[in-house]
Amino acid sequence: MEQPSLTIVRRFKASPARVYAAWTQPELIARWWGPDGGPVLDAEADLRVGGRFRVVFQTLDGEMHECRGEYREVEVDRKLVFTWHWVTLPERRSLVTIRFRPAEEGTEMSFTHAQFFDEATRDDHQKGWGGAFEKLEGLFAETESAGE
Amino acid sequence: MVKSPVSQLDRTFSALVDPTRRAILARLEREPGLSVTEIARPLPLKLPAVMKHLDVLDDAGLIARTKSGRTVSVELVAGPMEEALAWLKRYERFWSASLDRLADFVEKEPE
Repeated sequence: MEQPSLTIVRRFKASPARVYAAWTQPELIARWWGPDGGPVLDAEADLRVGGRFRVVFQTLDGEMHECRGEYREVEVDRKLVFTWHWVTLPERRSLVTIRFRPAEEGTEMSFTHAQFFDEATRDDHQKGWGGAFEKLEGLFAETESAGE
Repeated sequence: MVKSPVSQLDRTFSALVDPTRRAILARLEREPGLSVTEIARPLPLKLPAVMKHLDVLDDAGLIARTKSGRTVSVELVAGPMEEALAWLKRYERFWSASLDRLADFVEKEPE
């Protein structure tokens, strides 16, 4: 069964090492992270399997955002897998997988962000998921009893 | 039975994979409350096959069926689809804009 996932493939005119560094070194993360020209206020990356990262950034509307996660796979210049959540929505975890391949004139990066739940977060999830799904459960119950 | 939100999203997306089911949903958006027979009429499928598609959509919470007498009318339920699409849209915006900036950065700045 498919989880919802987003895949983006991009080519960069820069070496895989350069692109990988931009994803993994806090001082380089701070140069591009975020959807608009708003500043990155803090970036940390403990780049090892089980290590964590966090990036705090501000968007131009003045809103502060903080994303965090844990590295699951670290292959220098080739592959990165990390979990992802917004600090304001800790129960909604997802998984980012990025592959870096040498390509003509630079790097082909394939990036996938997928809904993801491991056992622990699945448990949290069932406790912590907000109103939307409770409503949905209610709807299911109604539909089921109506169908009997 | 309590259904986990995780499998809810799974079901939404797997229900949407099938073109017949998407056609049924699109039609229900235009014409809410159609009966099962009316849904089946333009489709090149036998009624039992249509019923199976409706079961999948129902399990995914994408439709609701109401029985009145011998007629079952079907309505679209937008919630689960919106949930899944909102997730995708949010990240698509975030990442496509961030990756534009990444490209600017790695391509233009000196190593």
